[in-house]
Amino acid sequence: MMIKEIKVGMASCGLAAGAQAIYDALETSLPESVKLSKTACIGFCYAEPMLETVDDEGVSRYYGYLTPRDLEGFGKNEPPVKKLIISQKEEAPGNKKLARQVRIATRNSGMIDPDDIEQYVAREGYKALEKVLKEMDPQSVIDEVKNSGLRGRGGAGFSTGLKWQFAHDAQGDKKYIICNADEGDPGAFMDRNLLESDPHAVLEGMAICAYAVGADEGYIYCRAEYPLAVRRLKKAILDAMDKGYLGDKIFGSDFSLKLKVKEGAGAFVCGEETALIASIEGQRGMPRLRPPFPAQSGLWKKPTNNNNVETYANIAWIINNGAEAYAAYGVGKSRGTKVFALAGKVKESGLVEVPMGTTLREIIFDIGGGIKDDRPFKAVQLGGPSGGCVPEELLDTSVDYESIAEIGAIMGSGGMVVMDETTCMINIASFFLNFTQNESCGKCTFCRIGTKRMLEILQKIQAGEGVLEDIDKLETLAEQIIASSLCGLGKSAPNPVLSTLRYFKNEYLAHIEEKRCPAFVCKDLISFEINEEACTGCTLCARKCPVNAIEGVAKGPHTIDQDKCISCGACFDACRFNAVLRT
Amino acid sequence: MNKKILNVINKYEGLKGSAIPILQEVQEIEGYISKDTIREITEHTGIPSAELYGIATFYSMFRLKPQGRHIIRVCKGTACHVSGADNLASMLRTLLELPAGENTTDDGRFTLLEVACLGCCSLAPVIMINEDTYGKLASDKLAKILDKYE
Repeated sequence: MMIKEIKVGMASCGLAAGAQAIYDALETSLPESVKLSKTACIGFCYAEPMLETVDDEGVSRYYGYLTPRDLEGFGKNEPPVKKLIISQKEEAPGNKKLARQVRIATRNSGMIDPDDIEQYVAREGYKALEKVLKEMDPQSVIDEVKNSGLRGRGGAGFSTGLKWQFAHDAQGDKKYIICNADEGDPGAFMDRNLLESDPHAVLEGMAICAYAVGADEGYIYCRAEYPLAVRRLKKAILDAMDKGYLGDKIFGSDFSLKLKVKEGAGAFVCGEETALIASIEGQRGMPRLRPPFPAQSGLWKKPTNNNNVETYANIAWIINNGAEAYAAYGVGKSRGTKVFALAGKVKESGLVEVPMGTTLREIIFDIGGGIKDDRPFKAVQLGGPSGGCVPEELLDTSVDYESIAEIGAIMGSGGMVVMDETTCMINIASFFLNFTQNESCGKCTFCRIGTKRMLEILQKIQAGEGVLEDIDKLETLAEQIIASSLCGLGKSAPNPVLSTLRYFKNEYLAHIEEKRCPAFVCKDLISFEINEEACTGCTLCARKCPVNAIEGVAKGPHTIDQDKCISCGACFDACRFNAVLRT
Repeated sequence: MNKKILNVINKYEGLKGSAIPILQEVQEIEGYISKDTIREITEHTGIPSAELYGIATFYSMFRLKPQGRHIIRVCKGTACHVSGADNLASMLRTLLELPAGENTTDDGRFTLLEVACLGCCSLAPVIMINEDTYGKLASDKLAKILDKYE
């Protein structure tokens, strides 16, 4: 085999891990017979920086964990075998991971250069749009989407086809479509990956939607924290206009569409559709009462259809392959596939796309490879600040909208953060509440003040000053906030507290009754000491201590100055002789 | 008035919903949004100062004070949080000798920001200094990293 082409993965994860240096080095060192190009995210984030080789027989192989030292081998046609992650030909460690996935929304991610429209077109790109414009009327497009069973992938899970029907049926000479790319959940990066890896799939989905609902103008509202996604989207729009896939009289039909990118300015609540619309209109992003729903009165008071990035990314595939093919995946009322961002204390973090109905255990252990350092699993957090923590006994829960809601979490946009025994559940609850409390727009009193009070109670418990009544107060406040908040942010803000109370009440009790943090996280409840008999005087802890709180001479026992100690645990992690005691 | 700012305002003349992009571009030019700038935008666009101030304080990307030469962003996403981002943040505050409530150093060298999620969760915990990303960090590595920025 001879390597003919090398593609370097250059989405945010890859770039953060050093992909640019890899690319630059290859550019100067590769022989001319090997073509060098860029691609984006294949989803194996843990192994970044990665590259793909294509040999003279057309066989693809992916190599990961690359360092500049590995590169020489690629030029000599001797790639580092140990770093082979996926191969189309021989056994490779990542093959099984990939085999468990069904890639529909991410069908092109990591396969094509996102900046090259020709590569998208070569993989059936804009074929669905052409088919729709030439062969289908708007109602049959909507019916097809309805029959596919596709539901909103931003988290709420409303039927996409039905949503389109409302916008289609609404009276009005001017209509808008919006793509919600304000992915704000901490720990979720599916939409960023889609926009960086395959922007045209999103644009094509939007164009099909615009035709179906009768819109001629649209906005993509993208987080400003995703500069690469914004840049690639803007280029993709220009290229598509150039080729006649966007703009006036697309494919010679009467259908025209203008798309614009609007950059967000940093407000989580703008993920809520009425707040997002207010933000596009140039105001503070505050949600408003629904009805009227945006389908009746949305942007500039015109009928507006709003979908999430991943929802749009599925559309062209559904049109090309048929509603039935899509609905063949999934369980119950949750059809098709869902992309998840797997992160936290899992060995092989990254993006995975699986059919609905896959279990949490399969995702975390079979695809994610299990827990880092083989520690025991404690919980997986689904749905970000609006979601909940799922304990081990529920790991066999099927991942679909209904089953996840039943266990007190939400599907959300697809963030999946794995936690082990070193994570304190009160700390996690207060982490999320701190987030929602900060991001509350302030319109509804209970969301504005109630979340603050809940956070204060959690902080009191973490400081070892909690009393049992605090648990009742948390539950009451949670109930009130849910009942009296206008939008999803407030209605779901108490979920992280409620779900940890439901499944990890013991930890609350340990903090309150025994003044003990079982995960050794809450700083006011832990302290560190050095066992002088076990200490060999290696000085490693003293060197690691960020506040110079450890004293002692080499080969002599060390001590911790408790007044200086900030309980960060660096000495505990560093000590090789188990001489640092944690209580 | 700064000519560049005037150009920005002229570019959006007559366009609906332009308050946010005007503020974004002005901040790009000046580094932050000052009271004087808000007044000037009002004079030229007719958008009330209260509305502009309301927007500038609502969205987290707008800064009302001058920033340091180097911006440090500590990722506080969930994955980073469970991997020890809090320790990094407090260690940075100690190293930069930042008093509570302040986020820019006296000498104007660094501004420390906490951000929701940088989106590279597999490298947790992560900080960004300007455009450089540092992943899989431990707090004892920070001092050396800071030394690289003058």
